[in-house]
Amino acid sequence: MRQHMYTQHFGRKTRTLANTQLYCEQQRRFRAKSNVTDRSFYFEIRYRKWHPRRASECGCCVELRWKFVFSKSPELRAMSGHTVPADFSEHMLDLDEDEDLEVFTKNTSLPDGSPMPNSPSSMVNQYRLEDDDEGQEVANTKDIFVTVDHPESQVTAIETFVLYRVVTRTTRSDFDSSEYEVRRRYQDFVWLRSKLEEKHPTLIVHPLPEKFVMKGMVERFNDDFIETRRRALHRFLNKISEHPILSYSQHFQVFLTAQDLAPHRKQGPGFLSRMGETVRAVANSVRGLKSRPEEFAVMQEYVDDFSNKMCCMDKVTQRIVKEQREYVDELKQYSPTYARWGELEEDLTEPLKGMASCVVQCSKEAEEHIQHLSEVLVPALHEYVLCAETLKAVMRRRDNIQAEFEAKNEALLTRKVEQEALQEEVDVLADRMEQANNSLKGDWLRWQRSMKTDLRSAFISAAEKNVEYYEKCLAVWESFLVSQRADSSGGQEDVA
Amino acid sequence: MADSVSSEEVAVISNTDITSTESENNIINTMVERGTALLRKLEINVAEAEKRTGKNTVNMQETYTVYLIEIRPAETEGGTPAAPDTLWRRYSEFELLRTYLLVTYPYIIIPPLPEKRAEFVWHKLSADNLDPDFVERRRVGLENFLLRVASHPVLSNDKIFFLFLTEEKGWRDAVLETGFQDKADSRLKSLSAMFRVKNPDKRFTALKQYSDELNSIISQLLRIRARVADRLYGVYKVHGNYGRVFSEWSAIEKEMGDGLQSAGHHMDTYAASIDDILEEEEHFADQLKEYLFYTDAVRSVCRKHELIQYELEMAAQDLVQKKQQKEELATGTVRIFSLKGMTSKLFGQESPEQKESRLAALEQSIQEGEETVKEKNTECQEFVRAAWDDIERFKEQKDKDLREALISYAIMQISMCKKGIQVWSNAKECFSKM
Repeated sequence: MRQHMYTQHFGRKTRTLANTQLYCEQQRRFRAKSNVTDRSFYFEIRYRKWHPRRASECGCCVELRWKFVFSKSPELRAMSGHTVPADFSEHMLDLDEDEDLEVFTKNTSLPDGSPMPNSPSSMVNQYRLEDDDEGQEVANTKDIFVTVDHPESQVTAIETFVLYRVVTRTTRSDFDSSEYEVRRRYQDFVWLRSKLEEKHPTLIVHPLPEKFVMKGMVERFNDDFIETRRRALHRFLNKISEHPILSYSQHFQVFLTAQDLAPHRKQGPGFLSRMGETVRAVANSVRGLKSRPEEFAVMQEYVDDFSNKMCCMDKVTQRIVKEQREYVDELKQYSPTYARWGELEEDLTEPLKGMASCVVQCSKEAEEHIQHLSEVLVPALHEYVLCAETLKAVMRRRDNIQAEFEAKNEALLTRKVEQEALQEEVDVLADRMEQANNSLKGDWLRWQRSMKTDLRSAFISAAEKNVEYYEKCLAVWESFLVSQRADSSGGQEDVA
Repeated sequence: MADSVSSEEVAVISNTDITSTESENNIINTMVERGTALLRKLEINVAEAEKRTGKNTVNMQETYTVYLIEIRPAETEGGTPAAPDTLWRRYSEFELLRTYLLVTYPYIIIPPLPEKRAEFVWHKLSADNLDPDFVERRRVGLENFLLRVASHPVLSNDKIFFLFLTEEKGWRDAVLETGFQDKADSRLKSLSAMFRVKNPDKRFTALKQYSDELNSIISQLLRIRARVADRLYGVYKVHGNYGRVFSEWSAIEKEMGDGLQSAGHHMDTYAASIDDILEEEEHFADQLKEYLFYTDAVRSVCRKHELIQYELEMAAQDLVQKKQQKEELATGTVRIFSLKGMTSKLFGQESPEQKESRLAALEQSIQEGEETVKEKNTECQEFVRAAWDDIERFKEQKDKDLREALISYAIMQISMCKKGIQVWSNAKECFSKM
């Protein structure tokens, strides 16, 4: 019965792990990459009967089996995570000896029917199978897909702005429909982001593209600018939809679904409350923190260094693009001169025309290369420059929350009157601080992993494109060489 | 550099991995293979360069560079090669030799010397004549010059050239003794003179136009090359900054650290590789420069021909005039205005004796004139014949050399692409391991 249920759900998503050694390694990764989702994705492993023997050697497998057991039996759930039942066999599915290991995913809630908790810290124990193709894995578990496209200029009496089409497809039950199409402008995105940050001050909310480009004062309605912005907005929404907590935000849902956002935008704490927060923040920062917990001190140092490095990387990359553009401009000049020379000569016309054509081809390849850099690496690095700023802001907010607590706590300790009221306030602030710290801790790992994936893939893509560029130029020159040798030797020589 | 002159085969390029220095050897080998008598006997090298200080003509201390010329007998019948005869020459002596050749063989396209000062530089090269890279390239250029002269069917037989290679001390006097200096002055004058030829030889006109056009094209190419080299240098070097940032970044990352660090090393390698690449490209530029300077030599042959043609035309014209004068005198008709005619009208006819003596003088003059015209005609025809021989030879040489140069440029580009592929493939692997 159970088996059937699983197959029904994700029958096509079976994955075969060829041998147990691999299985063990998979398990290790499985364990290291903790996912942070507030929906429960259980990975139930069927494995060979003899595996329990190996499992005792492999600490991670033991823990995993515990998890497996957890999902099956309410009684075992009562057990603490540290002891391992000696014999699991009655809880395991029966298998043939020859069956390969198969992995299924299953949507479920806790055995007692209650929804899984929302805070990241409780999710550290959940596991997600790491895949070589992470994109596919995410797609496997993703139940919401968002795209941003079709930018259109809107002209009104007062202003001109660009509207982007936002299309959502989802199977989530908290959405009324499975498909939505709305139009949003940049300010709407700004609103969404500020709401998300407000509600989750110590979660890392992906940054938006900048309001304007400072250098060169690009005109707002320039096609390239709009396209770059559209891509960045698309990434922004996708990052939000992949975030285990943020993607369930009500504001996010409203943003994706409401035909008219205006009524929603008026609600909620507005400018003044944000102002108040800023004032508090400034006041607290003046006082200074008593001390930052070790892990956040480390985090802060990392954030500062990371921000520096990203700025450098961004600058270096932009400089490379600039130098390459200038190089191509000069390179192109060769071609008409070689062509002119070819006309002048009698016997040398062929090779000279060949040179002219080689130069033209190589310049084309170089231009394509520059295009790719501008579209892939430059935006990726720039995005993480902005991320670094986001991280700094998150650290500041966390510091402020701590500072507020400390201030109140000090008041509690020093003042003699109003002890009860103060105690209550202190408790509230303490809770708030703990929640903020835990949120950040959980989200930090997720962000680091995401950063590594994004930047790694951008660098790999850039390196690949470089290789491709050189390979194409190589082909151009080699074919020139072959044609020259064929001409001059009349086919007598060996052409390597 | 020990050329294997004994091999009879023309060097064959059979794979793309040949470096451009190897292909330079191919050009030299081909020159050598043309097989002038001189080169069958001797191997010629410009082996080294050295700085010297000494007093110059105005008794001031100066620093200059001398180049070591090595001469070896070509055939070594088994056993160890003989020790070379050597002598030192400085650039100005090469210049003197070349001027001598220019004057003595005006109908030959004399091979050019490497440039006196570095031109068409891009930012890395200094224009300093004492810069070691410049000196090295000049050394190669001087060797090339000697080999070109030695492989020329006419020039290789010149005694003074032979003395240049063999007599360190006595050579200067020998050159001056030839008295070429006087001819040098007149040649200089002629080259800068402005004159119109009535019936220009179409072939020479076409050749001069070609040579001027080629000069302009090659100059343009060299200018572009300098700018492109500058830009490419910039591109590669900025990647060195990646190396630095990756390295610093790797220090703060745990998982990504190793991948970043090793990728950074590859970026440094990439940045450093441009120096070699541009060094090789310099060689191509030098080959172009040689032909740029060759165009000057071609132009001067054309001009020399124009001068000879002009002198011939002048002599012929002069003769015609004299003949007319004689006719006038003989028949008494004044066909054209002449001062004598006027004065005789004004002051009376001259006496018959005077007339006779004048006629005789004219006859003499006409005979001399006819001699001159015949001489000039022969000279002109000889010049044209000899010049066109050399021009045909030059065209063949130029086509072959330039073709080789383009091929070696392509080879160099290929090698540059291969290096790029390797570095970036390595970098990609490092990124994958991140």
